[in-house]
Amino acid sequence: MSTELQQPPFKSGVLRWIDERLPVLTWAYNELVVYPAPKNLNYWWNFGSLAGIILVVQIVTGVILVMSYTPHADLAFDSVEGYIMRDVNWGWLIRYLHANGASMFFALVYIHMFRGLYYGSYKKPRELLWILGVIILLLMMATAFMGYVLPWGNMSYWAATVITNLFSAIPLVGEPLVTWLWGGFTVANPTLQRFFSLHYLLPFVIFAVVFLHILALHQFGSNNPLGIDLSKKDKIPFHPYYTVKDVFGLCVFLLVYGYFVFYAPTAFISPTNFIPADPLQTPTHIVPEWYFLPFYAILRAITFDFLWIVPAKLGGVIAMFAAIGVLFFVPWLDTSKVRSARFRPIYKWFFWLLVIDVLVLGWAGANPPEGWYLVAAQLGTLYYFAHFLVIMPVLGKIERPLPLPTSLSDPVLRGTRSQTAN
Amino acid sequence: MADSAVPHDQPAGSSRRDFLELVAWSTFGVGTLAAIWPLIDSLNPSAAVLAVATTEVDLEPIEVGQRVTVMWRGKPVFIGRRTEEEIEMARAVSLDELRDPEPDEARVQKPEWLIVIGICTHLGCVPLGNRSGEPRGQWAGWFCPCHGSHYDTAGRIRKGPAPRNLDLPPYRFVSDTQVLIG
Repeated sequence: MSTELQQPPFKSGVLRWIDERLPVLTWAYNELVVYPAPKNLNYWWNFGSLAGIILVVQIVTGVILVMSYTPHADLAFDSVEGYIMRDVNWGWLIRYLHANGASMFFALVYIHMFRGLYYGSYKKPRELLWILGVIILLLMMATAFMGYVLPWGNMSYWAATVITNLFSAIPLVGEPLVTWLWGGFTVANPTLQRFFSLHYLLPFVIFAVVFLHILALHQFGSNNPLGIDLSKKDKIPFHPYYTVKDVFGLCVFLLVYGYFVFYAPTAFISPTNFIPADPLQTPTHIVPEWYFLPFYAILRAITFDFLWIVPAKLGGVIAMFAAIGVLFFVPWLDTSKVRSARFRPIYKWFFWLLVIDVLVLGWAGANPPEGWYLVAAQLGTLYYFAHFLVIMPVLGKIERPLPLPTSLSDPVLRGTRSQTAN
Repeated sequence: MADSAVPHDQPAGSSRRDFLELVAWSTFGVGTLAAIWPLIDSLNPSAAVLAVATTEVDLEPIEVGQRVTVMWRGKPVFIGRRTEEEIEMARAVSLDELRDPEPDEARVQKPEWLIVIGICTHLGCVPLGNRSGEPRGQWAGWFCPCHGSHYDTAGRIRKGPAPRNLDLPPYRFVSDTQVLIG
């Protein structure tokens, strides 16, 4: 809890002098050293800190890339593929770290989110913690999309065209709104320049929201695999126990990240993006980056007019934004009092069904919207919303959870005695 | 807690834990330096900048007594084809009178051709005197209007606040009429 602050053991009088006037050291000491973390956190709890580290990597490499990048429709492509990749010292490395870093960031955050869904980390009193996380996800999506446009390859150009055209589905104001977003009548230089500005701004907004996320986290402390509230004796200081565990996780993560950067740097880059932007030539098969594929599948799954009043185009856009919007309500859609899926025998299966569902949606999103792919996307979309809007609320009422332990030592020492779900 | 892993018969500071800690921090330090180096080195001149780091000048059209300015690495370089009189003036002066003593012979490869970087060694202004009609200062070389430094016909500082003679760029004569600067 952040209420009882401990003084760091100062060795230097200068540091003490500073800290008395500006208590940043006390703050850092309490949040990063003495912070009492549950004893029983498993490796799924590594992904939050990993996401924080990759955010810093993205900001550092991004700031360096900007020094050699030219945000102009005539020069952007050459400044990336010509200048940065060939002429700037280590430019290839910094660019591949940045481009693959975006993919890594999403992978880490998606695992982090599924961890939260499995162990019920969004439940009372951590609702705002979860909501701040969804806000970070939205900001990441906007940042990643605009960053993808900056190299001004042909997929950049058409991704920008397609995504901004989503807003044209809005009745009445859609068309003028899109013209406003573009700063012209098509995606062009003004669009590129404003995307560049925002792509530089948003990561710092994310950084600020991450601070709020940590503030909310430390208010009640981390959830844990059992999902029960732990007493003080079931907690250990963050340093050295979890700093060491996080560093080990970081080493493993760096191996994966390094594999992509050094051995498969273009694995996530569409070949079409090595062709400069061409407003006259749409790529035959437009696909977004992998981390948008499930949402892209939902967008294209709505091929029919809904209730005679919502045209298919608007319906798809609404469904796609609703797929993220529904996450904001998860703390209240889940009516079960038990947090961890370990003690929820039925929810556990639905959780894995949701994981499979999202993977199926991703696969459908990577393929053309026809035949079985379309059917898969439509069924997947149906299940996605059913999971959050029907299964979660109903299951919480009818499921009988397993008996909960009262503390960490309890199931070991007194195996039989237990507490029922409140 | 921390010393429970240290066997009691071992002297402090030589435990296995100390060794592991040392190895871990060394690895972390080396790794961090290796990771930061590309970021720092990326700010050095790129291959595109280095590729245009030399300038080749055709000396044929330059007449005796004429001075021209060429660009080398974004800086002005003064090339002067000196008259006999200018060479004599540069060689007549005693080194004791100079702030930055350097014989004229050390500042030229061929007495006729003086090649100096046209940037005042005081605070970086471009001195006057390379174009006809501009003031050349008291020693018929160059005069810096910013803070009043006077240079002679060998580009040496004679009066004013500048600390050094005009710098010499690296150059070589590719042929009798071609010089490669850089």
